[in-house]
Amino acid sequence: MSAAAERGLPRLDRREAMRVLLERRGDLLLVTGLGSTTYDAAAAGDNDTNFYLWGAMGGAAMIGFGLAVAQPERRVLVVTGDGEMLMGLGALATIGVQRPPNLSIAVFDNGRYAETGMQPSHTDAGVSLCGVGRACGIDAAYDISDMAALQDFARRLHGAGETLFARIAICADEPPRVLPSRDGVYLKNRFRRALGLDGD
Amino acid sequence: MSERSPHAAAADWREQIFIALKAAEIRQVGYVPDAGHSRLIELCQDDPEVRAIPLTSEEEGIALAAGAWLGGQRAALLMQSSGVGNCINMLSLAKACRFPLLLLVTMRGEWAEFNPWQVAMGTKTQAALELMDVLVYRVEQPEEAAETVAAALDIAFNGSLAAAVLLSQRLIGAKRWVK
Repeated sequence: MSAAAERGLPRLDRREAMRVLLERRGDLLLVTGLGSTTYDAAAAGDNDTNFYLWGAMGGAAMIGFGLAVAQPERRVLVVTGDGEMLMGLGALATIGVQRPPNLSIAVFDNGRYAETGMQPSHTDAGVSLCGVGRACGIDAAYDISDMAALQDFARRLHGAGETLFARIAICADEPPRVLPSRDGVYLKNRFRRALGLDGD
Repeated sequence: MSERSPHAAAADWREQIFIALKAAEIRQVGYVPDAGHSRLIELCQDDPEVRAIPLTSEEEGIALAAGAWLGGQRAALLMQSSGVGNCINMLSLAKACRFPLLLLVTMRGEWAEFNPWQVAMGTKTQAALELMDVLVYRVEQPEEAAETVAAALDIAFNGSLAAAVLLSQRLIGAKRWVK
């Protein structure tokens, strides 16, 4: 049990949280980080405009950023874990300087490296990702631990005129893995084709 | 910081590189501030068609370029040789997904270097890139710069491959430490 759960702080179910973020996704473009957020997205339903990372730890937010700049008419959502975000923390400073209005970053924070055996992450010791986001200039940064706030954030994904950041407190459990394709070339080409671009 | 270049008469090779980037429809340029790239960075910042994006670390740029390509734009990355070392694991993204990638690398630690700390990475930059299957081209003379960059752009974006152009320290001019 995580330190936060032991302290009785509320946490959400990760699969439910992903389902809420994506239930009215419309033409939202999704990038997920290495590890459990990739499985969560696959469990919510595979989609040609999901780009799942199976490596490149620390890269999810910047992939979402480059995509958001390239596709200013589309909304881009990055969902990644606390460990993945911590490895690429500088990306929040880079994104905080640029602040693309169509980019949202949601970090599923269980305070654990679930993939490697549930070792505690820095967030479990009190590092605030929401605080980092805000300090980097992302003013719309939310600390979410209940369903009402999550649903409100999910609505804002489609209409906000500014970069959004959310740290979403989730339970430290491991639901059965749902594994999408690990073929990076396939994932890239189908994503581009779904946007009307050439494969390759 | 001033520079002394042996090729002062051909100082516009940086502008020629910019023209090559524009001709290849590069729309996002990620960079870590660098003296050798400073003119090219200014040209990118001043061009309304190019989004110049300062990075905290070079590896962010590998992910940036992947995202740009997913969304139908072309990106290029500007970095110093030391920054190549920061990219190694993230280059697996380009390799696993065959993302096109162009790195323009200003070299340190190889010619009249004052700071021995730059030598460790500077002398291993090409080998490190080649270990990750990045194609490497070197520019020693200013007149080679534009065509080498254009050739690297071609192979990167036509072949969905990662390519790097190393701009030698002799070309750029060694950093002057004592004024």
